[in-house]
Amino acid sequence: MDFNLEIFVEGIPYLLKGAVMTLRLTLISVSIGIILGLILSLGRISKNPVFRYSTGLYIEVIRGTPLLMQLLIIYYALPSIGLNLPAVTAAIVGLSLNSAAYVGEIFRGGIQSIEKGQMEAARSLGMTYFQAMRYIILPQAFRRILPPLTNEFASMLKESSLASTLAVTELLRSGRELVAWKANVFSPFIGVTLFYLIMTIPLTRLSSYLEKRLKKGD
Amino acid sequence: MIKVVNLHKKFKNLHVLKGISLEVKKGEVLVLIGPSGGGKSTLLKCINRLEEPTSGEIYIGEILITDQKVDINKIRQKVGMVFQLFNLFPHLSVLDNITLAPIKVKKINPELAKEKAYELLKRVGLLDKAKSFPSQLSGGQQQRVAIARALAMEPEVMLFDEPTSSIDPEMTKEVLDVIRQLALEGMTMIIATHEMGFAREVADWVIFLDQGKIIEQGPPSQIFFSPREERTISFLSKIL
Repeated sequence: MDFNLEIFVEGIPYLLKGAVMTLRLTLISVSIGIILGLILSLGRISKNPVFRYSTGLYIEVIRGTPLLMQLLIIYYALPSIGLNLPAVTAAIVGLSLNSAAYVGEIFRGGIQSIEKGQMEAARSLGMTYFQAMRYIILPQAFRRILPPLTNEFASMLKESSLASTLAVTELLRSGRELVAWKANVFSPFIGVTLFYLIMTIPLTRLSSYLEKRLKKGD
Repeated sequence: MIKVVNLHKKFKNLHVLKGISLEVKKGEVLVLIGPSGGGKSTLLKCINRLEEPTSGEIYIGEILITDQKVDINKIRQKVGMVFQLFNLFPHLSVLDNITLAPIKVKKINPELAKEKAYELLKRVGLLDKAKSFPSQLSGGQQQRVAIARALAMEPEVMLFDEPTSSIDPEMTKEVLDVIRQLALEGMTMIIATHEMGFAREVADWVIFLDQGKIIEQGPPSQIFFSPREERTISFLSKIL
């Protein structure tokens, strides 16, 4: 059961494949999450109570329940109402819907941190609400939310490990399969740990760099 | 050009404007004076409906703009506004600040918009700052860019909300000179200000606004030299 360098090295190509799947899940999910999150945040700050409360409710539900449960519902419960998703698709749907709630709150915070005068100035020039958002508010908000958004990528890299429960062979599941084949727990899991760190550390570093630069400039 | 009839504005329980009526003819300059919190800023923002009036009527030209069916974005193109805190767009260069709305809202050819922007920058004395960003400019320079930005839409009316209140005293002259020039050129304007010397000089009509009401109004000679109301006298004695 001890660490075995040979098993560790042999496992690397296999883990690499899993890491690629993890990266794919993360990139696709956060990208969809950003688009949906932007829509959610606009709903949250809307004057229309229907938009405001429905998006608020969505965010409450997603953030107030475990991601694992959300994934299990999408993969195991939806087929009973006729919605049969392949494992990878189910994982992407679950992770995206989850990410959207978090990204939505990040966007909302960023948008609301822009001085009220910016919207007033834009509207006073005859811009519509959406023109003002597109050309004035969002470009400024986006710079401010880059650090937390980068963090969201890092945390989604880790959270996507829950997709292993849907039989998606991402990084963690690749490690578990190695454990079973090689009858060694330690070596594959050390590999898995290192792979996660190699992916997350640059992101967290990037996030704090962006944050520092933002504090200086802005 | 601008007509306001019995305008009220309430924020929840706060009654900020209590039945304001006024009229500004084409080419006239109306100056609003009065203590902070007296309603000057809210009144200006109701005139381009940045604040939604609670009741009352506002006409710009022949158009009743308090009518909910009116396309307010169209109206705002004709009503330029300059803010106390400039509100320049910090992520855009001076040039882009000025050309953005003409290009995106009025759909003017970008080259033409640029040409016009340079012309305006020359007029406010900032031709060399076209490529700068707002954060690189002094308050007085930023406010002049903000005026150029508003003028780029070729408005028929200009609203100034305490344009020099957040500018260092030695920089106010350069801003006031630009506004003075506009007055000479016959721009219709409403200006809220604490600069009494300037007010006396450019105003055709002065309104003293306190606690949401017009306390006194008249030509500058009356308001500044022989005010009739107790509150006007006391306000002017404090500020002059």
